[in-house]
Amino acid sequence: MTKKRSFFDYMWIVSLSYLILGFFNILFAWLGMICFIVPLIISISGGGKSYCNNYCGRGQLLNLLGNKYKLSKNRDIPNFIKSKGFRYGFLVFFLTMFSNMIFITIQVFKQEKNLRQAITLLWTFKLPWNWIDVSMVSPWIAQFAFGFFSLMLTSTILGLITMRLYKPRSWCVYCPMGTMTQMISRARMK
Amino acid sequence: MKKRLSKKLAKVDRDYCVACGACKDECKFGAITIKQGVFALINGEKCVGCGKCSKICPASVIKMISREVS
Repeated sequence: MTKKRSFFDYMWIVSLSYLILGFFNILFAWLGMICFIVPLIISISGGGKSYCNNYCGRGQLLNLLGNKYKLSKNRDIPNFIKSKGFRYGFLVFFLTMFSNMIFITIQVFKQEKNLRQAITLLWTFKLPWNWIDVSMVSPWIAQFAFGFFSLMLTSTILGLITMRLYKPRSWCVYCPMGTMTQMISRARMK
Repeated sequence: MKKRLSKKLAKVDRDYCVACGACKDECKFGAITIKQGVFALINGEKCVGCGKCSKICPASVIKMISREVS
């Protein structure tokens, strides 16, 4: 018995293209907002976790790398990662970092700070990202793009590490968007 | 004629299920649905007890149990 493939089974191509495009022009980072807004709209309007279940390109990409290309060790994820404390804690941490990024964008908008052409990986390592000309847009638009792409790259790295160490879609266990949409779905279910 | 059921059956720990849908994608028999985005629900009639969902589950919350126990 084989399942009929649909267009949405190829969302991993979109996810991969997004990561590649960011290296050529950081402004493409703005497109990542789709993965932030769409899951929330779906769950708020009663669609549950349809985004995770059907459209999430990152989940598909990790599944592909881990299962098809056998890059995953397929071990059980440690219990603490799937605990509610860790999942909600990581969500809070992620949202704090997101707010911090918005705060820096506002500072650049108000011209209190200069645009910093760098990507911060794992919230620690700053990589100069100055091969792209962003003078065609306002500095705050570029600053947001750098901040947002930092978040996207960081979460991809974390996803790849846990894909390698545990099951392919281990990222889904502690994905902040997944935790948030499940929270919304649970609240709607009651 | 009554359908013969498999000896094993998948069982989800709903408290820890993250409802990601990896199991739903893996199940070739359409035995899994994601209940309102909160947890995975196994249709016991359709489950053949192959264990693929249990193997793919990133949170390892699907266990294969004997039908008699269930």
